[in-house]
Amino acid sequence: MNFLAIGSYLLPLVVFLILLVGLWKKVPLFDTFVEGAKDGIRLGFQVFPCLLGMIFGVNLLLKSSLITDIFQLFSPFFTKLHIPVEILPMALVRPISGNASFAMMIDLFQTYGVDSFLGRVAALMQGATDTTIYVISLYFGSIGIKNIRYALKAGLFADLVTFLMSLLFVSLFF
Amino acid sequence: MVNVIWGCFLLLGLVYGFLTGKVEVMNQEILSCGSRSLELFLSLFPMMILWSGIMKIAEKAGILSFLARRMRPLFSILFPELEADDPALEYIASNLTINLLGIHNASTPFGLKAMQCLQEKNPKKDTATKSMITFLVLNTSGVTLIASDILAVRSSMGASVPTDLLFLTIVATLLNTFLALLYNAFLARRSS
Repeated sequence: MNFLAIGSYLLPLVVFLILLVGLWKKVPLFDTFVEGAKDGIRLGFQVFPCLLGMIFGVNLLLKSSLITDIFQLFSPFFTKLHIPVEILPMALVRPISGNASFAMMIDLFQTYGVDSFLGRVAALMQGATDTTIYVISLYFGSIGIKNIRYALKAGLFADLVTFLMSLLFVSLFF
Repeated sequence: MVNVIWGCFLLLGLVYGFLTGKVEVMNQEILSCGSRSLELFLSLFPMMILWSGIMKIAEKAGILSFLARRMRPLFSILFPELEADDPALEYIASNLTINLLGIHNASTPFGLKAMQCLQEKNPKKDTATKSMITFLVLNTSGVTLIASDILAVRSSMGASVPTDLLFLTIVATLLNTFLALLYNAFLARRSS
């Protein structure tokens, strides 16, 4: 249970260190905190419309089950490549919604077992990359960027690499 | 681009929903999506306020600029077009540090701040700059050293050794970040 201990010390430790250095540098702690917190409120209101819009779009797409149905169609092709079809819906959702893919990971854990091949691939995939489309729409949306140029390509490339690497690593090491 | 993606998501979802007779599901989604995103927002928003406050202290105490100085050699490779003392780099440094620790919700305010700083120097306000995309790639490739939420779930669901993926996750995240940065540099060169 060591790792959980590390995890739970992390956050308080960061806060502690910041306050300690602040105190040492004679920063007026509370005033500064409130000043920053006000920035946080402004930021939040800027972000909320992007968040709502994105959740709306992503959920309508997921709930229509278009994505899962597409994979049923191509399952023979993926079987040939030795890629288990069961992992594909999660691989596709991973760049779109972190919460949805987290839920799908738990679902795979429950169906196939935490220590199964699929379970491990799912865990690696969830841990080693972040939600590309969410980050793009949030970050670029908040400052009003319309033309994102090659950002999506580069971001999705990282997701594809992570997916293939997760499959490879788990088959090699377990 | 975001406009096109968003539009496609909605249109594809709606059309496919109609075709497969899921009108009820669509209805429910449209009616409940607002309150669900508000729920998510309400869990994020206080975190943002709290961390913006704490990080303001870190900023005033010089911790952020210290981190940015430490990461300067790395930054001069990743963001060649930014000055070494650009304020955006301080926010990028703190965003990356917090991401490394796996506290994603807390890192978002810095990412947004960094983007705002980059936007101030952007000559074409509606078009992403090279630095913005590089920073975005660093974020989406998810440089995380301890994915504590996954560890927690794995151990609670009875994994024999929950930590057995820890090392592989780190290797995978570093490798995919490195490859994504290479690809990003290639795309940047081709587009300019």
